[in-house]
Amino acid sequence: MSGPSTYTPSNGFTRWLDSRLPLLRFMNDTMVTFPTPRNLNVWYTFGGILTFCLAVQIVTGVVLAMHFTPTAAGAFDSVENIMRDVNYGWLIRYVHANGASMFFLAVYIHMFRGLYYGSYKAPREVLWILGVIIYLLMMATAFFGYVLPWGQMSFWGATVITNLFSSLDQVVPHMGTAIAHWLWGGFAVGDPTLNRFFSLHYLLPFVIAAVVGLHIWALHVPGNNNPLGIDVKGPQDTLPFHPYYTVKDAFYMVLFAMLFAVLVFYAPNFVGNPDNYTPANPLATPAHIVPEWYLLPYYAMLRAVPQKLLGVLVLFGAIATLVFIPWLDTSKVRSLRYRPMLKPFFWVLFFDCILLGYLGSQEPQATTNVFGLELSDLLLARIGAIYYYAFFWICLPVIGLIEKPKPLPQSIAQAVLGSHAAAAAE
Amino acid sequence: MRTALRLGLSLAFAAALAGSAVAATVMGEAQAPKDVSFSFEGPFGTYDRAALQRGFQVYNEVCKNCHSLNLVSFAALTEPGGPEFTDAEAKAIAASYQIPADPNKQGQTYDDKGNRLTRPGILADHFPPPFPNEEAARATFNGALPPDLSVIVKAREGGPQYVYSILTGFGQNPPKGFTVVDGKYFNPYFAGWNISMPPPLADGAVTYTDGTKATLDQEAHDVVTFLTWAAEPKMEQRKRLGFEVLVFLTVLAGLLYLSYRRVWKDAH
Repeated sequence: MSGPSTYTPSNGFTRWLDSRLPLLRFMNDTMVTFPTPRNLNVWYTFGGILTFCLAVQIVTGVVLAMHFTPTAAGAFDSVENIMRDVNYGWLIRYVHANGASMFFLAVYIHMFRGLYYGSYKAPREVLWILGVIIYLLMMATAFFGYVLPWGQMSFWGATVITNLFSSLDQVVPHMGTAIAHWLWGGFAVGDPTLNRFFSLHYLLPFVIAAVVGLHIWALHVPGNNNPLGIDVKGPQDTLPFHPYYTVKDAFYMVLFAMLFAVLVFYAPNFVGNPDNYTPANPLATPAHIVPEWYLLPYYAMLRAVPQKLLGVLVLFGAIATLVFIPWLDTSKVRSLRYRPMLKPFFWVLFFDCILLGYLGSQEPQATTNVFGLELSDLLLARIGAIYYYAFFWICLPVIGLIEKPKPLPQSIAQAVLGSHAAAAAE
Repeated sequence: MRTALRLGLSLAFAAALAGSAVAATVMGEAQAPKDVSFSFEGPFGTYDRAALQRGFQVYNEVCKNCHSLNLVSFAALTEPGGPEFTDAEAKAIAASYQIPADPNKQGQTYDDKGNRLTRPGILADHFPPPFPNEEAARATFNGALPPDLSVIVKAREGGPQYVYSILTGFGQNPPKGFTVVDGKYFNPYFAGWNISMPPPLADGAVTYTDGTKATLDQEAHDVVTFLTWAAEPKMEQRKRLGFEVLVFLTVLAGLLYLSYRRVWKDAH
């Protein structure tokens, strides 16, 4: 779909450069003339928004690192110094802290969009898997970053998550504990842990940037999927990326930035946990340890399993499952617009993830009133976790085989412009 | 932590087995904070300057005897968006505090009796803690540690309303069947209801220099305003800049929308 390059150097210098390093040709072909399906809707603007999020996090993060002290004795106070005495430090820190939430909000929309329109199917399996790798790296980076302010939730969150590895003791005695000690650099979360988490928190975003490069490369080989889920059949189905999608992406990016700004300037601690404004204290466990909101569904699944090792496996299996989706889905049709049987299951999955997120935020022994029935959160979390797995491992393969899809439109141009105009465009 | 997680899981498991719901009011479960409003709420809310200065007076005369304010500098008292004391006033406040001194000419930091040598504070200093260390504080308070107040408003669920409720929540009779632990005080807004802090404020606990009547409610309201500023000293600047940013983004979004419509006019 990338097709032959249409770039023509316009002057002597660009001709000279083009025969040595075709950088301008590359930029022209990927960001200007790149043929893009003409029917991409608002949900396709989140790729650009995510790139924006990554850039914001790296720029603000580099500045924060200039003022941050990665020691147990100094971390909390250095963050407060940023908030009080560094010029606009409060702004940089609030943008960075809330930027993580906005990043995850965007990535979840991006992922559900990919699921809905079947963007993971051939020939985009590698593109999808690279996305899962980015998501995994994002979760690791966010976790390391959350530890750095060295508040109570930083410390105890780090303790809970690193202790997941000690469940491996049940496989090989002492192995899990040994791994946990190795991760901590000691016998508990402490100074060495904070210091190495800082190092990794600085490293991983650049790894993410590299994988994002691969992700975009893998996107540009087959080209974008689209809401109809049918292949591009010719130039009448596409528009050049610039100006059509640059202006569309820019408009929605600014709307996203407005939501971001409302959070940063008017509710900067809304997504945070008050306990993280209390300095880390290894001798006082908070009453209720919770991860950040974007990890809550996994936390609910972890707690839904009474056996620790199994719980950890369920947690990591939930993420690993995403890698197999391209082969679990047996349907030839990509977009759920034409898959009447799978569509309701998709929406149940969507609300299942929100339910699991809610359950993850509640205390483990809590109950929830469902249509007048007082159900234990544990029971709900188990149902939610089972549905999550069942959607991918049962619904996707089985429904793909038995479903009768709706008829697909003949081409993007026909569906968008009507058959008459499409014929004229050809 | 592993035990805590395991405990949590087993509790959840037990609850599921028993199918029992947690009752709405449980002994020791903190009451919801009082619904009290402050000048700094809302997108355009600012700190009431007079309340900040009175609140500082409450901290300075009452709270500071037990609670540190480690993260706040005397210079911050003069900064815009805060109590905005004049330089002279803030210098006088700083000088009223004793700061651990640098070694003297003989290289000593302690006198012959073992007392820490001190000097009067200057604007660059932070508020000094009332006790040299945690152990000294705990020894004084029967094992309890008065928390640092610099970010207390952000460190508690419920924020300003919570702190206000704690300060004004004393003096009620505990419900039947609830025993107040010896040496502690009943406060239904505090988790567990047994709080180590004795009632810190009362009508007339301070005599306001601006002549405001010092009721318990007034003192609590003022000191919570001050502590909210201590936790969020850049709030006014933040909201102002936020408004400017949103106006800019709204205009930009409008222009982009028009460009978008125009570019796409012929595309479908």
